[in-house]
Amino acid sequence: MNIRTKGDLEKIREEGLKSLYPSAAKISVGMATCGLSTGAGKVYEAIQKEMEKVKVPILLGRTGCIGFCQREPVVDIWEPGKPRVFYQGVSPDRCGELVEKWLENKVVEDLLFFKMEKEDRILEGSAKDYSIRSVPSGMNGTPHYHQVPFYSKQLKIALRNCGFLDPDHIEEYIARGGYFSLYRALFEMKPEAIIEEVKRSGLRGRGGAGFPTGNKWESCRKAKGDRKFILCNADEGDPGAYMDRSILEGDPHSVIEGMIIGAYAIGAHEGYIYVRDEYPLAIQKLKIAIHQAEEKGLLGDHIMGSDFSLKINLFRGGGAFVCGESTALMASIEGKVGEPRAKHIHTTESGLWDKPSNLNNVETWNNVPMIISRGADWYSKIGTEGSKGTKVFSIVGKVKNTGLIEVPMGAKLREIVYDIGGGIPDGKKFKAVQTGGPSGGCIPESLIDMPVDYDQLAEVGSMMGSGGMIVMDESTCMVDVAKYFMNFLKSESCGKCTSCREGTKRMHEILTEIAEGRGTTDHIDLLKELGWVTAEASLCQLGATAPNPVLSTLRYFQKEYEEHIFNKRCPAKVCRALLRYRILSDVCKRCGQCIKACPAGAISGKKKTKKEPGEPFGIDAEKCTRCGMCFETCKFEAIEVE
Amino acid sequence: MEVSKIDGIIRQYGARESAILAILQDIQAEEKYLPKETLEYVSQKMQIPLGQVFRIATFYNALSLKPRGRHKIDVCLGTACHVRGGERILSKLERDLGVSVGETTKDKRFTLEAVHCVGCCSLGPVAVVDGDVFGRLSQDKVPALLKEFK
Repeated sequence: MNIRTKGDLEKIREEGLKSLYPSAAKISVGMATCGLSTGAGKVYEAIQKEMEKVKVPILLGRTGCIGFCQREPVVDIWEPGKPRVFYQGVSPDRCGELVEKWLENKVVEDLLFFKMEKEDRILEGSAKDYSIRSVPSGMNGTPHYHQVPFYSKQLKIALRNCGFLDPDHIEEYIARGGYFSLYRALFEMKPEAIIEEVKRSGLRGRGGAGFPTGNKWESCRKAKGDRKFILCNADEGDPGAYMDRSILEGDPHSVIEGMIIGAYAIGAHEGYIYVRDEYPLAIQKLKIAIHQAEEKGLLGDHIMGSDFSLKINLFRGGGAFVCGESTALMASIEGKVGEPRAKHIHTTESGLWDKPSNLNNVETWNNVPMIISRGADWYSKIGTEGSKGTKVFSIVGKVKNTGLIEVPMGAKLREIVYDIGGGIPDGKKFKAVQTGGPSGGCIPESLIDMPVDYDQLAEVGSMMGSGGMIVMDESTCMVDVAKYFMNFLKSESCGKCTSCREGTKRMHEILTEIAEGRGTTDHIDLLKELGWVTAEASLCQLGATAPNPVLSTLRYFQKEYEEHIFNKRCPAKVCRALLRYRILSDVCKRCGQCIKACPAGAISGKKKTKKEPGEPFGIDAEKCTRCGMCFETCKFEAIEVE
Repeated sequence: MEVSKIDGIIRQYGARESAILAILQDIQAEEKYLPKETLEYVSQKMQIPLGQVFRIATFYNALSLKPRGRHKIDVCLGTACHVRGGERILSKLERDLGVSVGETTKDKRFTLEAVHCVGCCSLGPVAVVDGDVFGRLSQDKVPALLKEFK
């Protein structure tokens, strides 16, 4: 059915509501990449089998990720008149129990995650109340969604639908208020008014640099030319950041809707979504979503019966980090090698095939329907002076709770790491947070009370980037981190500019020298000088920001570098060449597991048996490759690293 | 690869310059790599200089000029996996398979590669085998993982 009126949209909304909240129970499995990697596919099959057995009408659905990826596979059960129950860490062998107990009006207590009694619909500023009439037994003390520390400080705008709808059902997206913003934009707003609204909202690009979105749109609208392009950057390359993947896998229509509104505002009739090759599931979900939007008349000619037409194409990247840079991305779509060019003329005037082109990233596009629906005044009340709205961060690394979180701009780093993230596991000490991907930097403990927004992050020598936050503890070595990023940049530099191609390579060489105990006194100065040249002489942001991981670690952790250089010690016990493994003879039980595990045959000693006491164990430092297998294998913590 | 099959792939996208990456990816999905003769044929058929086709084939990490094994292992070396020991997983695989990263085992069973982040950061360290993601790995889980793929 082609949607032509608001009535048509309402009709589909009714269909979607029936599928979101059916008259019988519905079990949904979180099946984004994070869920699938922990076995959600098998969980889905197990529930399916169980339902065939019980022969009671229960529906089975799929959703995206609800953010707390660490607790996957997550399964939720909804039934009219009952609280919605979320389970965590569900394995296929527990699915039978899950279904059976539900039918007896009970829950599986040890898998309980949280419950919901109502559901926020932030897009429309309303909530769906579940009108609870009965509560399954065994739910005393089950926390409410907002009481789970991981969720309590979050405000979900970009992630509003992830985990709450089936990404393959456009009806469910519409039921949660989707495409009503598009209707409003097309029939109740002039393009200029849309641009004005986005400008007033204060929305800044969520992909890295934080350029004001409305201004970008305005310059593209004003650019001369009949043929203009609307582009979506889904080449999320920053290692450690995956919010765009989650949005595309869990809520692809939000991005498409944002793009249509943007295209209408700018006057573009062709669009591309450039998706990373490493995200096959996101590509699949987008394909389905684009097809459904076309079927419903939301993409193609005369959208919703208006004069406006737009075709969106999907472009699969080839696994090159540099293609996340705007001009490289456009070259890649043109069929050329993905190399950046100088931007003396902005891409909004001359971009893809030299036509005016407007590129925004996934999270930025996803915010657009929100601004149109709730208005710039509402949106700009959230956040700080210079950074409005919320930001999704992937909080990963050495932190207790890992996953995707969304907080208002200006949230304190401490709140993110400790309140939401739960602090550092295994009683270790916090050391730093790395933000901004390879272009960013490491923020030390002394700055943990800083508010997180574009400007504050830049001030401390890091950047927002796409929102990766990698938490590091005392067992993370800063020289190693700098070396890691330089290795990344060295291999991802496209090689066009000598300064970047050679600069990253030489910096990596120097960092390797330091990490392997061959560092000298002048290495630190040389790194700073090389960093400066690389930044100044490179064309694109990859090169211009390449020294940041080195410079920011030097700024806050120079002592650690010096420890490597002068004392040939790695305080975090990471840099292999500087480590010595030793067996503590008084702790060692002579069980012999380490001998079995050692691939280098470096461990001597004789296993203790019932008859013989065995012989003391020892590690031959010459033979030892410092792979750490013995350390990981030993159950008695009898192996010490120095 | 049969010429008719290549023609079919080209026809699906149209012989446009902007489709070259997609076409090469589809060919690779069939062949697991890009044979020299295929690149030559694509260049002629699409009227794109062989130099440009070759540059694209060598620029993008997803494309390979070397034959690959039956199963492809991509070890994630994203930042989150790195701080949780992704390198150790890679070294363990190198030792167990007897190959270095980028190489294929003699029996053509596995090709071992490293990738920069598959976006599954909260479950690191992570490896992808034939497109399926395996999370929460440790060195001692590697042998069991390899056994799943013949």
